[in-house]
Amino acid sequence: MIGARKKGEVVETKPLLSLRNIRKEFPGCLANDEVDLDVLPGEIHALLGENGAGKSTLVKMIYGVLKPDGGEMIWAGQAVQIANPSTARALGVGMVFQHFSLFEALTVAENIALGIPPELSGPGLEDRIIDVSKSYGLPLDPYRGVHSLSVGERQRIEIVRCLLQKPKLLIMDEPTSVLTPQEADKLFETLQRLSSEGVAILYISHRLEEIRKLCHKATILRLGRVVSDCDPAQETARSLAEMMMGSDLTSAVKAEGRAIGEARFKVSALSTTPDDPFAVALKKVSFELKNGEIFGVAGLAGNGQSELMDMLSGEALASNADVIVMEGHATGHMGPEERRDLGLGFVPEERLGHGAVPDMTLWENGFLTAGRGQGLMNNGFIKTDKTKDFANAIVERFNVKTAGIEHHASSLSGGNLQKFIMGREIDQNPKVLIVLQPTWGVDAGSAAFIHQALIDLAAQGTAVLVISQDLDELFAVSDRIAVISEGRLSESTPATETTVEQIGLLMGGLHEAEQHGGQAA
Amino acid sequence: MIRIEARPEAAANMVYAAPVIAVTLTMIAGIVLFMIMGQSPGVALYTFFVEPVSTFDGVTELLVKATPLTLIGVGLSVGFRANVWNIGAEGQLTIGALAGGAVALYFYEMEGFYILPLMVLASIAGGMAWAAIPAFLRSKFNANEILTSLMLTYVGLLVLSYLIHGPMKDPDGQGFPESRLFSDSALFPVLIEDYRLHMGWLFALAAVAAVWVLFSRHVIGFQIRVIGMAPRAAAFAGFEEKKLVWLSFMIAGAASGVAGLSEVAGPLGQIVPSISPGYGFTAIIVAFLGRLHPLGILMAALLMALSYLGGENAQISLNMPNAVTGVFQGMLLFFLLGSDVLIKYRLRFGR
Repeated sequence: MIGARKKGEVVETKPLLSLRNIRKEFPGCLANDEVDLDVLPGEIHALLGENGAGKSTLVKMIYGVLKPDGGEMIWAGQAVQIANPSTARALGVGMVFQHFSLFEALTVAENIALGIPPELSGPGLEDRIIDVSKSYGLPLDPYRGVHSLSVGERQRIEIVRCLLQKPKLLIMDEPTSVLTPQEADKLFETLQRLSSEGVAILYISHRLEEIRKLCHKATILRLGRVVSDCDPAQETARSLAEMMMGSDLTSAVKAEGRAIGEARFKVSALSTTPDDPFAVALKKVSFELKNGEIFGVAGLAGNGQSELMDMLSGEALASNADVIVMEGHATGHMGPEERRDLGLGFVPEERLGHGAVPDMTLWENGFLTAGRGQGLMNNGFIKTDKTKDFANAIVERFNVKTAGIEHHASSLSGGNLQKFIMGREIDQNPKVLIVLQPTWGVDAGSAAFIHQALIDLAAQGTAVLVISQDLDELFAVSDRIAVISEGRLSESTPATETTVEQIGLLMGGLHEAEQHGGQAA
Repeated sequence: MIRIEARPEAAANMVYAAPVIAVTLTMIAGIVLFMIMGQSPGVALYTFFVEPVSTFDGVTELLVKATPLTLIGVGLSVGFRANVWNIGAEGQLTIGALAGGAVALYFYEMEGFYILPLMVLASIAGGMAWAAIPAFLRSKFNANEILTSLMLTYVGLLVLSYLIHGPMKDPDGQGFPESRLFSDSALFPVLIEDYRLHMGWLFALAAVAAVWVLFSRHVIGFQIRVIGMAPRAAAFAGFEEKKLVWLSFMIAGAASGVAGLSEVAGPLGQIVPSISPGYGFTAIIVAFLGRLHPLGILMAALLMALSYLGGENAQISLNMPNAVTGVFQGMLLFFLLGSDVLIKYRLRFGR
């Protein structure tokens, strides 16, 4: 998949960036402590660690978004203070964030012009964009509106925006989490090209295999400290994960020989006509969920997954009640509470603000969806003790690391909050559980735990739908897989009869076809 | 150049310190203001903040003024927690007072225990009806309730003006735009003989307790908090936003209506062209100064009531203009909002 590595090309030994004893403290949390890091020119340097290990804090300090509480930063031999991102950019640091900040209604060139110094954004910008995008293999049309671009293309805008400023160090935060395997391979070629030109790359990712293939060096953080510097090629994905977690990794085990029952939940020809011009219309989506089976839906973000989730959870209502049928009940016109009463459970993609209320305590967040079905209230009065017992049981059973259920949801790391939300839905014994991106941005340990929980739930006879961009995840848990692309759902295939590559091609199929003038990719 | 930038993390305890800081700064600014006006700051502050409550009579008068402020502040806080910005309490108060007052005038020749409960019900219905208009416009057409509720206030005041110059005018009143005096059965009983403190204060305390229970124990309060803090989580959980918008307006309308009645059936004893010196607007300050918490609102209402009494006292003793009350209330809100901004953001000087 990834081209031959050009090791040994990193001949220069004087570091471009050195961090010494970097320390950053947030209230109640030491995010970075005694962190040392050396990045050589031309080096692709991986920064690894579980969620909450301090990777983002560290790169935000390098990019001037946060200020370190202690320690030194040395840039090309000179001690520097990076007070803000424009200082960082002036030094030659560029950063591609995980979440893009693009204006949908503007064109590619207009978006780029907004994010770079005025002297660079003058006339001729379109030509310079074309030059850079051609020479680095990042095809991009400066005149196109951003709303019509795929996520991979949007990422290219961010990369080109950085490259126009001729960076010496490029920081990339989980760049492949939004790409198809094929798009990711193209990105790796670009990164290797930059590396060969002497640009250093600081690369954050959860995908250990790609780090093993791409990166020259890896620095592993755990609980804010550096625990290891290593050559990732000499390690296995497993050994890297174990260094990150500081314990042995257990991967999810599928229950074999389960009896898969009859269809319990059926969606037939579900179509939507969104009011929002940037939302994806669902086009005759049909599938069924069977007792004891995990059905996986693959697809790149922005191909109708969130629209589908809203339709299934009842946050949006179908135009026709009987396109969604749960055990013989037409549910298309029911709200979320009524659907939960029928035995449906949901886990949305966004944890903070959608699946949980950030500024409410964990027990209140337990009440959020379980209050009605679990008898946690009496004539509308909340049974506080019973609700707290419910929340404590989740914390215990799902191994949620928290200082207590009186703490706010926002105080938990992504993985732990996701375990809590997942536990809240599973502990209500749903007949059907529908989850969107269950392990997005979640550390490896929590992800394995969540996968096992889903598999165990299916083994008890629950019908499970997992919608995810992460193919490894889908292959780890699913019995059947289908692909959603531009609002259409493909036929499903048993997971054992297909491969990551085949699914990957289906996922990117339509976008690729468009770019190559209609030729099938 | 001065820039405002977000603080990385806002200090949680500062949320409660902000009202104290705001009150302190208002005092300091008040001292400067008095000095500019040629008054001795010590005497002026004493006249404004201490003298009014130095007698038992003064304390009861403070509670009389705090009654409508507490009622409305608590009522509005429910909506504000749900991001429902009903700022038309003044209008809801006016219509509530007119509806309750209409019952009193209908029965003006009669005595009876049933008159007062009917008046209370009528004032609740009147306040709710006036609040129902912005609630309907918001939930049906997504019209901004800030505009609709505010504009309806002026309509409400014109309705009052029409009625008091027309149908409700006292036929024996020599043309003065005032209603008949309410009969004894149509007046809120006083709590202490010879003082003006009346039953409305008990309504205010009951409202504080009810809203406190609503938010600390009841699922409706929970739903309102969720909708205010994380609307998508509320939709995910299946809480119906429209229902809660309606409920917020109805609670505020009912509370404002009773507040209006507690003026006309309390200290005023009749309907007059200006029922309230802006209680409906001041209560917005009260709600935020009290951090939208019922007990905080009770304290804030007492403080704002003091500013009314202090302003009156300053007019009498120091010959200061009537506007001094508004100046103090305005400064308090200004400093509170300023403190709130500086809790979340900080100033950076240079470059």
